[in-house]
Amino acid sequence: MNITDYTAVELARKIKAGEIKVIEAVDAVLEQIEALEDSYHSYVTVDAEGARKAALEVQEKIDQGILTGPLAGVPIAVKDNICTSGLKTTCSSKILYNFVPPYDADVVDRLKAEGMVIVGKTNMDEFAMGSTTETSAFGETKNPWNPDHVPGGSSGGSCSAVAAQEAICALGSDTGGSIRQPSSFCGVTGIKPTYGTISRYGLIAYGSSLDQIGPIAKDVTDCAVMLSVLAGHDPKDSTSVQREDYDFASALVDDVKGMRIGMPRGYYGEGLDPEVKQAIFAAAEQLKAKGAVVEEFDLGLVDYAIPAYYVIASAEASSNLARFDGVKYGYRTEEYEGLHNMYKKTRSEGFGPEVKRRIMLGSFVLSSGYYDAYYLKALRTKALIKKEFDKAFERYDMILAPAAPTTAPRLGESLKNPLQMYLGDIYTISVNLAGLPGISVPCGVDSKGLPIGMQLIGDCFQEKKLIQAAYSFEQTRPYVKCPGAVIER
Amino acid sequence: MANIISDETIEYVGILAKLELSEDEKEKAKKDMADMLDYIDQLNNLDTSDVEPMSHVFPVQNVFREDVVTNGNQREDLLANAPSEHEGQFVVPKTVE
Repeated sequence: MNITDYTAVELARKIKAGEIKVIEAVDAVLEQIEALEDSYHSYVTVDAEGARKAALEVQEKIDQGILTGPLAGVPIAVKDNICTSGLKTTCSSKILYNFVPPYDADVVDRLKAEGMVIVGKTNMDEFAMGSTTETSAFGETKNPWNPDHVPGGSSGGSCSAVAAQEAICALGSDTGGSIRQPSSFCGVTGIKPTYGTISRYGLIAYGSSLDQIGPIAKDVTDCAVMLSVLAGHDPKDSTSVQREDYDFASALVDDVKGMRIGMPRGYYGEGLDPEVKQAIFAAAEQLKAKGAVVEEFDLGLVDYAIPAYYVIASAEASSNLARFDGVKYGYRTEEYEGLHNMYKKTRSEGFGPEVKRRIMLGSFVLSSGYYDAYYLKALRTKALIKKEFDKAFERYDMILAPAAPTTAPRLGESLKNPLQMYLGDIYTISVNLAGLPGISVPCGVDSKGLPIGMQLIGDCFQEKKLIQAAYSFEQTRPYVKCPGAVIER
Repeated sequence: MANIISDETIEYVGILAKLELSEDEKEKAKKDMADMLDYIDQLNNLDTSDVEPMSHVFPVQNVFREDVVTNGNQREDLLANAPSEHEGQFVVPKTVE
């Protein structure tokens, strides 16, 4: 077994026991990166020097008994929209191509305090806008299961890094499915927590009312333990929630007896790939065999989530991205005449087509005369969607859904038709609108050899139920290593 | 219900969004936006007359803190990211005559 085959929790145990040195773990990950990065391009920035330096410091603190946490010494990759002090953070955009944050995001503070070692910043769709990691200004990431296919997005680099063992685990962010969908496409596990659980301080904003950071790893145990490290109230994020219980690992129990799981009929109709459908239904049978009560039901307003989401997310994006103007940081155009021309040229040259598309749409739906008809209408729709979920959770502990309608598409297929690409978000997007937690767990591989993920959706603050059910399911189907992670040593 | 985006609208949105589009980009933006709005218009099938707009899923209140500085002086670090700076200040094109 290679060092990079371990899960984060296993590796930390070996480090604690003195069987593996932190520097060995970091070097093993860097070796994977060295061997595979040309093929997959999971990273925008690899910080080998910084990681090696941190490894020695962390080792010392472990040896002195100062760092005793369950993830101390574990190498981790961080999505490139999460600020890391002194380490370039680009959002995979030309407009931030040289941005070096002067501070750490709250989550980065927390993972450093735990003794985790950041190996680099992962590639993503530009400003997290996209579902394929193809809108990155620095080139696409490829799926380690088959490099002709996309890894999904927007946290595609984080998920491909974990699948290819170019990191032991990673941070992603999820505004409309950006952790759960690429986790599904890359055969790894990812959690999007209840809105407000993890601080957004230092996460470069896309749709602030929808954005949440979350863990991506090989298994449910790692994700649960990471969630405990990352979560917590933060006075620097006014939407941060103080929760009563942060002990997510205590839910790692193999027991789903009596759990009530609903499968929305509307999720399993037209547009869903038959192989994905079959894999999810097979997973449902496994859960039933373990004692869960699984039944189909009607979830209302499924079709309204995508239009409402694109109005709200684009509106918030148009406002959030107004700060990129060539004055305080990032790219500034070479030649200009006066201030407004400088703004316009900087932004037009600095943003890619998908980002421009969403800023334009957002500016339009917020503009005078259209604000009520589009933006307020979408917020009213969001209230109704939340109500539908409230009703569902009166009857069910959780909802079982696909993470995406298909397995990973081929490179270059998705961007031809933006609207078609947006429709692929159908199973993930309403979860962000309603602020709910969701977990994506691998549940199969299709005939093309690409992973299939299933999604469990819970009521607000019910992560532990999801973790318990996902963990129980995982006992029936242990982690399948991506064939593309194998290198010659 | 097919939306048609006029040249004037795209021009206006470009001003709001502070984006300068080429002629090709404008034509594409008109089509993309019309397609999206056609799609979004299905929200009109939903009766929302008695529904309050929901901006936040939890009933959170304003969050206040004491108005005291807790971070140190990061002027040098912050200016290090500026495309143009001079004597501790951001440089912008001349804005007033």
